[in-house]
Amino acid sequence: MKDNPFSLWVYLSQSPLLWLTVTLLVYAGTDAVSLATRRHPFANPVLHAMWIIGAFLLLTGTSYTTYFAGAQFVHFLLGPATVALAVPLYENRKRVVSSIVPMLVALVAGSVTAVVSVVLLAEFAGLPREVVLSLAPKSVTAGVAMGIAESLHADPSLAAVSVILTGIMGAIIVTPLMNRTGVTDYRARGFAAGLAAHGIGTARAFQVDEIAGVFSGIAMSLNALVTSFLVPLAVTLLVR
Amino acid sequence: MLGSLGLILLCQLIGEVVVHGLGLPLPGPVLGLLLLLILLLARDRFSLLARGPLRNDGVETASKGLLAHLSLLFVPAGVGVVQKLDLLASHGIAIVLVLALSVVVTLLATVLTFRLVSRLLKQQDAR
Repeated sequence: MKDNPFSLWVYLSQSPLLWLTVTLLVYAGTDAVSLATRRHPFANPVLHAMWIIGAFLLLTGTSYTTYFAGAQFVHFLLGPATVALAVPLYENRKRVVSSIVPMLVALVAGSVTAVVSVVLLAEFAGLPREVVLSLAPKSVTAGVAMGIAESLHADPSLAAVSVILTGIMGAIIVTPLMNRTGVTDYRARGFAAGLAAHGIGTARAFQVDEIAGVFSGIAMSLNALVTSFLVPLAVTLLVR
Repeated sequence: MLGSLGLILLCQLIGEVVVHGLGLPLPGPVLGLLLLLILLLARDRFSLLARGPLRNDGVETASKGLLAHLSLLFVPAGVGVVQKLDLLASHGIAIVLVLALSVVVTLLATVLTFRLVSRLLKQQDAR
């Protein structure tokens, strides 16, 4: 081992420790930049962590499977974090209960728009059928979207990628777009962010305003339910 | 802290067991969220439940710690884009445009519906 530094790399690059460390350190860096720019939308920490780590994997010839063996410990926390959304929901329960009607109507309008718009646009763009099916659940959180894609015999890993891309674009665009519409109601703004851009939109909403974050978390959970029913239906009706 | 994390994991575990056992079309963690919410509401009603992680903001603090870095948790799945580079080379521009347009339309449809219904019910702005 001592006479060959390369063998140390071979050992480390196969161990979960290296890739878990890389994930945390790169994110700590991109998050510090995001904070330094006062959470500018384009300094989105997920976006920049993604391409930096991706480039690092390509340069070192490391497979995604090897990387994921380390990064899965972070990925796993998505489930507990979803459960943890119960706490801000509980603490703002009065506000939530008083907004229940606009929330439910916006949920139906938003979920239908999300699924129908992506399927129609993807068909219009002439994308292959398998790609259209994998894009359809893009507004729900990664784990659920992968499950939906699987049940449609589409590509779950492409579904996960389109979920992340949607989340990042939604998180970048939501603040400037909402400012332009002149809506100052943070319940409505947060609800839209969580519905269209799931957890990444919710993370963004919490950066902007606590109430926006709470409503975003609710939208994300409810949309996961509605979309699971909606996608199979929309696909039967809309995909040739 | 340990008890609070344990309670969060337990809620998720029960959620997963029920979802898979009954074949429900919803994600296990969402059911876990409902379960934790019910526990917190029940604690305010029945002082018998206010112990361990459900006391002194135990589970509240742990949950906020998890949510403080919610973005980080999406990085591993996001890096999965490296597996799809060939597909992105052939259809990348179309896919990104389709997703971008769809997310804008969805954001607008949702926020405007919310405001419209809220105004019809004569609720005032949240702030």
